[in-house]
Amino acid sequence: MRFFSHQRPEIPIVDHIKPDGTQWTIKEKLWLGLSSPEYFKQFFRNPINWLMIAIFAVGAPLILQRYIYGLGAVTHASNDYPWGLFLGFGLFGMVPLSASGFMLGTTVELFGRKDFHPIERLALLNGLLGYFFAVLFLEVDLGMWWRLPYPMFVSLGPAAVLFLVAWHVATYLSVQIAEVLPAFFEWIGWLKGKRIIRKMVLGLTISGIILSTLHQGALGALFTYAPAKIHPLWLSTNFQWIHFFCSSIFAGLSMVIVSSTLIRNFAGWRCDDVFKNSLDDITIKLGKGCSLAMITYLVIKIVAIAHDQEWAYLLTGWGSYYLLELAVGVVLPMFMFAFAVRNNMASLARFAAFISVIGIIWNRLNTSMIAYNWQLYPEIPHWKEVWITVTIYALYFLTYRFIVYRLPIVYSWKGEK
Amino acid sequence: MKTTVSRRTFIKGGLAGTVAATVLQEKKSQAATFEGYPDGMGVLVDLTRCVGCRSCEAACNEEQKLPQPEKPFDDFSVFDEMLHGQKRRTDETRYTIVNRYDVPGQEHPLFKKVQCNHCQEPACLTSCFVNAYTKTPEGAVIYNANVCVGCRTCMIACPFYIPTFKYSSSFSPRIMKCIFCYDTRLKEGRPPACVEACPQEALTFGKRNKLIEIGRQRIRETPDKYEDHIYGEHEVGGTAWMYLSSVPFDQVGFDTHVPKEPILNSVKDFLSIVPMVLTIWPALFAGFHLLATRKDWLKNKNEDTHEEE
Repeated sequence: MRFFSHQRPEIPIVDHIKPDGTQWTIKEKLWLGLSSPEYFKQFFRNPINWLMIAIFAVGAPLILQRYIYGLGAVTHASNDYPWGLFLGFGLFGMVPLSASGFMLGTTVELFGRKDFHPIERLALLNGLLGYFFAVLFLEVDLGMWWRLPYPMFVSLGPAAVLFLVAWHVATYLSVQIAEVLPAFFEWIGWLKGKRIIRKMVLGLTISGIILSTLHQGALGALFTYAPAKIHPLWLSTNFQWIHFFCSSIFAGLSMVIVSSTLIRNFAGWRCDDVFKNSLDDITIKLGKGCSLAMITYLVIKIVAIAHDQEWAYLLTGWGSYYLLELAVGVVLPMFMFAFAVRNNMASLARFAAFISVIGIIWNRLNTSMIAYNWQLYPEIPHWKEVWITVTIYALYFLTYRFIVYRLPIVYSWKGEK
Repeated sequence: MKTTVSRRTFIKGGLAGTVAATVLQEKKSQAATFEGYPDGMGVLVDLTRCVGCRSCEAACNEEQKLPQPEKPFDDFSVFDEMLHGQKRRTDETRYTIVNRYDVPGQEHPLFKKVQCNHCQEPACLTSCFVNAYTKTPEGAVIYNANVCVGCRTCMIACPFYIPTFKYSSSFSPRIMKCIFCYDTRLKEGRPPACVEACPQEALTFGKRNKLIEIGRQRIRETPDKYEDHIYGEHEVGGTAWMYLSSVPFDQVGFDTHVPKEPILNSVKDFLSIVPMVLTIWPALFAGFHLLATRKDWLKNKNEDTHEEE
């Protein structure tokens, strides 16, 4: 794509009108202003796309197998470990990484920090896609996936934590769609829609905070149903929801740093100067937020151990593993962020964000799979389960890239807004 | 017009009021801590009597129309089966199983029957977001496959690892678990198939309250023979199926670390913050917004007044 954007001044598309005065059609916008041979040429020149093709070549038949022969055909069908990678990674990992939407929505719209504006849309999109794909992962995992709306409309169990998760994720997904729609409306040129959303933005943002607080917390609270099964270090029945909520703050911020870094480095042609020039500054500021959230998280983690009198566990093998998780996943990036903020080193903050994203996924997998049934035996997922997880994640990557290439997410629309 | 209240109506009204107050109060306290239906039935499993004949397994298989197992029910080599270092467990083909435990110092091996314990306040029920589970007044925890979405949270929540999932089916998967023979027997007041099949009277069917008395009596009469504990009397808030053992319970495959209160209690901390967040957050964050944007607002206001001047 970089090649074409150097050759042709009208590409990338940032306006409704071509240099010759005619309008871009939606179809042309979808093809990025290229002819289809040109489009495929650039598509197949990219090695990442070949990797994607390889993943899908194996993954698509596996997904088909799951839907024809049941979950047992692609997983170990364990009754001891009812939740595997689809939820452990797909739901419990993707959702905290998608907290970016409500975090930056709040910062910009509610606290009036306009300096974060260039990254707001990316954060919202990151949130929307993360949630959407978490639901997609859930759809792979649910036994009766066609009954997804049951908890909403057919048979309601409002006293269950999962009821809260279902309702909040569903409503929050709609809120996030509404928040990302203005970018879409600009792109298709329907400004009335954008004005309607503009009027609702404060309400949307506040409901975003409420729903996020509750369902990020609720995902943690789901594990309090298994007080006798999860290792005590990973489960604090009193504070689990705060742990999950608090860690989602730096998870979301770190994810948006990672995502913006990738976009700047590999899709630089798509970014406008405002985005590119402000990104280092914004990254440092986000890093500051991360380090503050991390120290808060660490303190609550220690409070939980003190509250449940679990110091002795720290001296066991599980304790070492727990401390390793905290040291690598939280303490290390926390100091890196702090150092980066002090010395104005954006690239160090980016590296820290990358570690912290891995750290949060590690924590969620530890809670849902590794420390779960710690007194029984470890479950190693079936390779097909791993491959399907990777395939859905690849689909997430492709969708993400597809939208960032087109909609005004990391650039501003030049036409009327 | 003067109204008079006769002594008779006064007493009547007073009585009705008292009854209403008691009944209402009773309901209130029930909602706070539900201790189970008063007439709920249960089964007392006496490990000292079980000989591991597997008749209960066979009876259950027939009653619940489950598939025939590979090894027949008179094949006792199944007691040596191990998977991932674990003894046999319930799965989609068997709602109950018997496991053998060779406890050092005991002349005979002990046998433990595993099935749904039918908790007084079941974790599967309280964790289900589509209300697929029901605790019936007769004591059974039953399951409705027509509303279940297959999220398997009940399997996470069950402290006894009882509900299993029909992973083998893509188009009609469901949770498979012991339902106390509710449809075919318990509803009519009859004991479940496994109890009826037991030749050793290791399984005693009766009202749960009565079973606790029987259990205590056995312990009292032969204290050398029994551990002084009825497993299930208080575990996870009480279960309808309870156990007596001659050896410490953790030596015969019982989890003695399960909480002594319903699983739901550990979730209540979170549930109680939900209404707080829902009501406080909007005001709090709208307040933050007003504070954060106050300078802009003042600036706009000043500009307006300047314009007016």
